Amino acid sequence: MNPLFEFCLRIGDSTLILGHRVSEWCGHAPVLEEDIALANTALDLIGQTQLWLGLAGGIEGKGRDADALAYRRDAAQFRNFLLVERPNGDFGQTIMRQFLFDNWHHLMLNGLKSSAHNGIAEIAAKAEREVAYHLERSADLVVRLGDGTEESHQRMQRALDLHWPWCGEMFAVDPVTETLVADGVIPNPVELREKWLDQVESVLTESTLTKPNSDFSHKGGTQGRHTEHLGHLLAEMQFLQRAYPDAQW
Amino acid sequence: MVTEAQVWDWLAEVPDPEIPVVSLVDLGIIRAVTIEPDGVFVSVTPTYSGCPATAVIEIDIRNALMDRGLDQVTINRQLTPVWTTDWITQSGREKLRAYGIAPPIDGTAATGVRVAGMLGNLVVPCPSCGSNRTEKISQFGSTPCKAAYRCTDCLEPFDYFKCI
Repeated sequence: MNPLFEFCLRIGDSTLILGHRVSEWCGHAPVLEEDIALANTALDLIGQTQLWLGLAGGIEGKGRDADALAYRRDAAQFRNFLLVERPNGDFGQTIMRQFLFDNWHHLMLNGLKSSAHNGIAEIAAKAEREVAYHLERSADLVVRLGDGTEESHQRMQRALDLHWPWCGEMFAVDPVTETLVADGVIPNPVELREKWLDQVESVLTESTLTKPNSDFSHKGGTQGRHTEHLGHLLAEMQFLQRAYPDAQW
Repeated sequence: MVTEAQVWDWLAEVPDPEIPVVSLVDLGIIRAVTIEPDGVFVSVTPTYSGCPATAVIEIDIRNALMDRGLDQVTINRQLTPVWTTDWITQSGREKLRAYGIAPPIDGTAATGVRVAGMLGNLVVPCPSCGSNRTEKISQFGSTPCKAAYRCTDCLEPFDYFKCI
């Protein structure tokens, strides 16, 4: 197992699956402006996926490009976090999932900008600027909805309670992260978690929301053990390339 | 024999596919032009990672140069140094404003660091009437690079090319 390849899949599959999930809102969001904002966020994430999976394919060296990795792998080969494959739920759940992910994403990319691996540092420098806008938007919305009406507050608290046990996986330590931290390729996930908690807690306080106390975390996504939701997502996302291999516009 | 300066001039006539009032050179996405014995090499950098115009831009460059009789054109995609709105030329900014898109205000890119209670108080002058009394409708407009604003004086809605 090549740790660099695994890491590029973890981040690239996470942006791909979240990008696809967010794109499911296209035409369904509560207001037009949010519909457009969600579609643009999805577009950024899928654009970043092309860079990450392109790099992964180059590192693997078996001739697979970003499209081959996105469309020709089955669920067990995906390395995304379980958080991002969770169904959209209501608008509040989608925004809360985005907020929890954006905070990790922005911290991770900031760390990766000084990666010892040049290809990773280049992509991070590009993506970090885009993700800063994602984070500003999701944090704004968490505050507006959390500290909004009684109903929006309740829905945001429920969304937070629902997603919380799926967050710990973003900071899990395993042989892949240990090797890459030692080589100066990625930031230390344990330190990222501290910063993440600080940032998240400060926005939750402003939002009048209560952080769950439990540290329990589901895990398995980065090892290829997914929830039942991923298979259904892939069935839709990969349909065209599975039914008509190599189809082109 | 064609010169590099000549190729730059030709590229300055190729419009951006989504905002045709500015050229690829105005946008600052052409990074290098070199003439080699085996053809012309053009380095292009993407604006946003997911910008669907990137692929179209490469086709447009190839077509523009082939129309001038250059049949050996190699386009190289280059990420570093990363594109930011600082690369948009002064004339590009004027063209954007004249077209109704407020140009980026340098130094105001999102940092991801939240200041509690500070919700979007950036002053973006209206490209139609010049008023500073405008308000943000949404952080994302018709494309990822733009935000949606409206002027509370002349009431025109407009796009703001975000600083990134």
